[in-house]
Amino acid sequence: MITTSAVVLQQVTKRFQQVIAVDTLDLDIRDGEFFSLLGPSGCGKTTTLRMIAGFEFPTTGSIYLGGEHVERIPAHQRNVNTVFQSYALFPHMTVAENVAFGLEMKKVSKTDIKNRVGEALRMVQLGDYGHRRPKQLSGGQQQRVALARALVNRPKVLLLDEPLGALDLKLRKEMQIELKRLQQEVGITFIYVTHDQEEALTMSDRIAVMSSGKLLQVGSPTEIYERPNCRFVADFIGEANFVTGTMIDGASTHCAVDVGNGIILKGLHQEPIANGTAVTIAVRPEKLRLSVSPPDGSSYYPATVEQVVYIGSDTRLTVTLVGGITLDVWEQNSRSTLDRDAYWQRGEQGYVSWNPDNALVLVK
Amino acid sequence: MIDFSVSNRTVGGERHTVGRRVLGAHAWLTYIFLYAPIVVLVLFSFTKDSFGVRWTGFTFDWYVRLFNDTRMMRAAGNTLWVALVTTIVATVMGTLMAIAMERYRFRGRGGLDALLYLPIVIPEIVMALALLAFFSFSFGIIESITGVTLRMNIWTVIMSHVAFCISFVVVVVRASLKGFDMRLEEAAADLGADPRTIFWRVTLPLIMPGVIGGALLAFTLSLDDFIISFFTVGPGTNLLPVEVYGRVKRAVTPAINAISTLMLVLSMLLIFLSQFVQRRANR
Repeated sequence: MITTSAVVLQQVTKRFQQVIAVDTLDLDIRDGEFFSLLGPSGCGKTTTLRMIAGFEFPTTGSIYLGGEHVERIPAHQRNVNTVFQSYALFPHMTVAENVAFGLEMKKVSKTDIKNRVGEALRMVQLGDYGHRRPKQLSGGQQQRVALARALVNRPKVLLLDEPLGALDLKLRKEMQIELKRLQQEVGITFIYVTHDQEEALTMSDRIAVMSSGKLLQVGSPTEIYERPNCRFVADFIGEANFVTGTMIDGASTHCAVDVGNGIILKGLHQEPIANGTAVTIAVRPEKLRLSVSPPDGSSYYPATVEQVVYIGSDTRLTVTLVGGITLDVWEQNSRSTLDRDAYWQRGEQGYVSWNPDNALVLVK
Repeated sequence: MIDFSVSNRTVGGERHTVGRRVLGAHAWLTYIFLYAPIVVLVLFSFTKDSFGVRWTGFTFDWYVRLFNDTRMMRAAGNTLWVALVTTIVATVMGTLMAIAMERYRFRGRGGLDALLYLPIVIPEIVMALALLAFFSFSFGIIESITGVTLRMNIWTVIMSHVAFCISFVVVVVRASLKGFDMRLEEAAADLGADPRTIFWRVTLPLIMPGVIGGALLAFTLSLDDFIISFFTVGPGTNLLPVEVYGRVKRAVTPAINAISTLMLVLSMLLIFLSQFVQRRANR
């Protein structure tokens, strides 16, 4: 598939006095994709977005929008639009005037403005709210106005800075699906900044995980979740068990890691790792199995149940191996029963096992 | 249980009532203290007694006479003109200054900040003498260089009024800029507005209540000012407060009370107007 790039960042660095907010960042965002910048607060994701919007200029490096150099072009001359976290609606204008502002700046004719504003407001289901003031709308409605105000300009790229952050959980879930639907409908490239990993997984075509100004990994939601390339990504996205140890057989398809107390764990590695290297094994709790008798085929480890938390869909167990390694095991409650004996009890013995394909051996 | 809470409330309530009465009386006394002289002034602008100290009957005579007094009317006209020009110049300069001080970080900003408030704090007589000294000094230099003799007139008054009104405008406008959401300007830029359009379409409309408040304050201050006007007006021009002062030295007539009442009414109107504008903006 041939894809063109909507936004390219090359070796972009942004310094504020002594603080490096963004550190030699390379990104290639494709035309029409829903791309998320994910990371904890202060990781540089918002600064990156602001550099693409033109509110900040990079200290060094280049930014291309649709193939054109833009890193020194001010915001008002770039063909991108932003949806702000605080919505930033003009309080002295009506909803319709807010949405019309960008078109007015482009000197679109009065009748065209009227039509396009009406169309944009209907698209976000606020067709009858044009005459109201932003203050008279709820948070979710203001968010929709902000979205309409940006989309009405038909930008090449839409930038969204944690736009759902101020909404309550239920509304946020609805808006996530709504946003994804809108993005597919209009076919505009969305660059979405968030610290909420679930939100990023739900909506994105691709996700870039950032930490301390650096890019850690770029990939599809499944790549990021199933094949994190470092401990930070594995930890930030979803839950994971981490066991540290030393590589003793890095040559086989499934390498072997000595984690002490005579326990050898098997896992998958993406690149060859030299024997003797300190490594971390990351394995998601839902990939672990706890069984009463030793399972056939795969390797297994005797374990004691320490804690049982029943949360309806799952039962979340904490087990310890010999030598004190603790692991979280999530078991889906696929059976329907009220019989307590059907569930694990604290203190019971069992065997933990997993498919070595699901245990990732990480160097960083 | 119920009895206990009721009796408790009654005791507290009684104490509350006593406290309220004392507070209420205090408030009334304060207002009487503040406004009794003004009430007397207004009252005696309507007395028939030509010395304006006894009540001998109601008349509009003094107001009629006032409007026929061309000297007084010209002074009033001058004062309004000074106040108007001062307001426009001080408001424009003060607003720009406030934006610069609030938005930009530059060398010496802290010092400038302090200097800006000085005209508010220093005694007016000091400011007046300083302005007088400044004008005669610079007029002297201009005369020695160009041979042109300058005299103080209505424009020196306007310049002096602008000089002290700017500080007040800056204070009021800065207050309205403090709560200004900078994202709104970014949002406007994002939608394609250049810096000039952003100022006219977004920034100025949003700080307008502050600007109007500052303008009304400047107008009132200029209108009421006596000391600085007295020192900087020069011999040829007449201003209302100075004219009133000149006449009072001879005799207090109800005509003086009448003009004072009119100035009072104008000032109060302006204050109510500024309150109204601020309140509407806060809504």
